[in-house]
Amino acid sequence: MASMKEIKRRRAAIQSTAQITKAMKLVATVKLQKARTKADASKPYFTVMYQTIASMLEKSENISHKYLKKNDGGKIGVLVITGNRGLAGGYNNAVSRQVISEFKSNETLIYAAGKKGRDTLLHKGFEVEGDFSEIVEEPLYKDAADITKVLLDDYESGKLSEIYVIYTNFKNTVVHDPVLLKLLPISKEDLLQPETTESEGPRALMNYSPNEDEVLDAIIPKYISSVIYGGLMQSVASENGARMTAMDSATSNAEELIDKLGLQYNRARQGAITQELTEIVAGANAIE
Amino acid sequence: MDKFALKIMCPDHVFFEGDATMVEFTTTQGNVGIYAKHIPMVNVIAPGKLSIHCEDGSVKTCALHSGFAEILQDEVTILADSCEYSDEIDVNRAKEAKERAEKRLSQRDGIDVARAELALRRALVRLDVAGYK
Repeated sequence: MASMKEIKRRRAAIQSTAQITKAMKLVATVKLQKARTKADASKPYFTVMYQTIASMLEKSENISHKYLKKNDGGKIGVLVITGNRGLAGGYNNAVSRQVISEFKSNETLIYAAGKKGRDTLLHKGFEVEGDFSEIVEEPLYKDAADITKVLLDDYESGKLSEIYVIYTNFKNTVVHDPVLLKLLPISKEDLLQPETTESEGPRALMNYSPNEDEVLDAIIPKYISSVIYGGLMQSVASENGARMTAMDSATSNAEELIDKLGLQYNRARQGAITQELTEIVAGANAIE
Repeated sequence: MDKFALKIMCPDHVFFEGDATMVEFTTTQGNVGIYAKHIPMVNVIAPGKLSIHCEDGSVKTCALHSGFAEILQDEVTILADSCEYSDEIDVNRAKEAKERAEKRLSQRDGIDVARAELALRRALVRLDVAGYK
């Protein structure tokens, strides 16, 4: 059996770990609440944006626009949204794993938002073209617009043939799944498929001023920014949710271990006392 | 006068939601004023002043920077990148931004001219809306 001193030291170490995990859990809880409010606040804008663009593409049968047709020859650009820090359960890994399974490293350019995903994918041989990791902690709409600009520039120059975004969708504190979305080229089928918004019946015929092309020119980048912004918001909420759950179970594991070690320590102490007594009695007997 | 439902949304919050009798803003084609029963239309917004004429006759002015407007018969939705009421504008910050942009434009080398011009325009709109001459 381990000595009393050893058990005591181990117990103290675990206790301080438990303190850290508990504090991290509390911090994550507060951040989660903040992130959730923000994520909810960004939803109405996205919904209207989505409906507008969906109804636009639905009604306009054959618009040819640079963002609607596929670029040939370029690589596939993937914006990977993860966290900058670990200790968040499977949050970072789930995203990286999906990227690795869906894309081939030699045909893909990674645009990383989040150090964890960037490092994992670099390690797996992916080429990282852009790095926006510093904005992941507290993303603003402006950051999403900046990312959009970089992606669209690379798309227009022919470097990218398709653009995807992968982020973590926040369902609730425990459930969050990585989601892969195609950003460009936008096609009607892709757009109308996910979470089919209730069709409001045929709307009035829409006019576009100055013309459809220019309206699309202006709206599509905004649509992409809003998808990226929404993705960033969802990811931040998921990261904190994941960290909260992970730290919660770490704390309860540590507490369990502390209890067990406490028991062991008491047993060891009792054993030592018994031994001492036996020794004294034996010593006294020997003198007689 | 007929009213319509006006909704102005920014990426992180709903800026305005309520009834209005007329709304004025700047599009890439020039200034427009929209009354109820307008034909359905989508407009691209250019930086400019946005005036909301409420039912009680009061007028709210805001600085509206970019985005687009979807106009339906009894409903106008403006999706804006950013929008602020005239009394929320930080005049000093706008002045600084204006000077910065002017300086950049006067040097004209190695800068993103389009971006600097846009920044200048935004600053001017802010100053205009805030009533600073």
